[in-house]
Amino acid sequence: MIKRQIPLMIAFVMGILFIIQFFVPHQLSQDLLTGVNKWLMIIGGISLLLGINSLVHFHYVQIKRETPGWGFSLVMFLCFGLALVAGFLPSIVMWFVEPAKAGAEPVKWLSFIPLIPPFEPGSTLFWIFRNGISPFMATMFSMIGFFIASAAFRAFRARSLEATLLLIAAVIIMLGQTPIGQMLWQGIPDIMVWIFSVPNTAAKRAIWFGITMGTIAFSLRIIFGIERAYLGGTDQK
Amino acid sequence: MSSDIFVWIAAFLTIAIYSFLYKDNPLYKAAEHLFVGVSVGYSIVILYFNVVSPRLLVPLFQEGDWVLIFPALIGLLMVSRFFPKYDWLSRITIAFVLGISTGINLPLIIQASLLKQLQGTMLAMTNLNDILIVVGVFCVMIYFYFSSEHKGIVNSVSKIGILFIMVGFGASFGYTVMARISLLIGRLEFLFHDWIHLIK
Repeated sequence: MIKRQIPLMIAFVMGILFIIQFFVPHQLSQDLLTGVNKWLMIIGGISLLLGINSLVHFHYVQIKRETPGWGFSLVMFLCFGLALVAGFLPSIVMWFVEPAKAGAEPVKWLSFIPLIPPFEPGSTLFWIFRNGISPFMATMFSMIGFFIASAAFRAFRARSLEATLLLIAAVIIMLGQTPIGQMLWQGIPDIMVWIFSVPNTAAKRAIWFGITMGTIAFSLRIIFGIERAYLGGTDQK
Repeated sequence: MSSDIFVWIAAFLTIAIYSFLYKDNPLYKAAEHLFVGVSVGYSIVILYFNVVSPRLLVPLFQEGDWVLIFPALIGLLMVSRFFPKYDWLSRITIAFVLGISTGINLPLIIQASLLKQLQGTMLAMTNLNDILIVVGVFCVMIYFYFSSEHKGIVNSVSKIGILFIMVGFGASFGYTVMARISLLIGRLEFLFHDWIHLIK
C-alpha cells in the first residue's frame, strides 16, 4: 500500500507546489524553478542508464546465444565502443597525462590522439557526427520519402470530396515550394501561403485545442492521483 | 571519382541504407546496427559532457554544492528496476519527475496553448480569411465533439470541419514530403558530386 501511496503523494505535492510557483513573482520562486530544472536534467541523465542497459543486455544475449544475425550485434558493440572511446579518450588523456598542459601539445607516445575537447571541430567525435551520424540520419529520413510517396499513390486517389481536397492541398504545397510550381503558374506560391495561413491554421488550431484540453485533463489526473498507470502493473504492493 | 577513403565509406553506407528500398538485407542490417551503436555512444558522451559533468560532478565535487546529491540519489532510484524486490523505489523517481513536470507545464499550457490561441481566434472578421479561420476552428471543434450524436445541424457542421481537416492534413503531407525530398536531394548530391563527381 505504502509503496503506491508515497509516489502518489510526491506527485501531488510537487504538482501543486509548481502550479503555485507559476503565480509567485518572487526571486525565490524563480530560483526554485531554475534549480528544479537542473535537477530534472540530472535525473533524466541518470535514468538514461536504464535505456543503455536495455540495449546492451539485448545485444549481449544475442551474441551469447549466437542467435541468427548475432554478428550485427557485434557491429553494434564495436561502433558503440568506438564512439565512447572517441568521446572520452582525449579527456582521459588530458586528465591523467597532461593535467597542467590541457589543450597543449600531447606527449609523444600519445601524439596520435588529438587532444581536442569533444564536439569541437577537429575532434574525432565531431568528425563522427559530421560524417557519420548526420548523413546517416539524412539518409534514413530521406528514405521515408519513398514510403510516403508510395503510400500516397495508393491513398490519394480522388474518390471522394475529402480525398480530393487532401490531394489538391498536398500537390499545391509541393509545387509551391519548387521552382517548377512557379514556372507552371505564378499564383501557386500565393495559394500555398493562403492554404498554410487560413484553412491549415483553422484545422491545426482546433486540433491543438483538443490536444491542450487532453493534456490539461491528464495533468490534473496525475496531480490528483487519479491517473496511476505510471506506477506500473496492477499489483497493490 | 573521389580519392578520399572516408567519402567511399560514407557512400557505401548510404547505398547500404538505400538497399532496403529493394528488400531487407544483411547490408542494410549491418549499416542499421552501426548507426545505432554510434548514435548511442555519441548520446552518452553528450550526456556526460553536457549534463553529468557540468551540472552534477563539477558542482558536487569541485564547488561543494552538496544539495545536488538529492537529484543524483533520486535518479539512481531508477536503477532499482534491476532488482525486482526493490523496483517500487523507481516509482518515487517517476512520481517526482511527473509531478514537477505537470506542475510546471499546466499553467504554461493553459496560458500559451489555450488562452493565447483563443485570443488569436477571436478575430474581428472584417475579411473573408478571418471569417474562414473562425468558422474553420468552430467546425473542426464540432467534428471532435463526441458528447452528442452527430445528427442534423451538428452533422452538417462537422462535415464542413472534415473539409478543413483534410486541407490541413494535405498541407502537412505536402510539407513533409518536400522536407524528405530535400534530404534525398542532399544525399544524391553527395553520391553524384562528392563521390563519383558526375555533377560538377
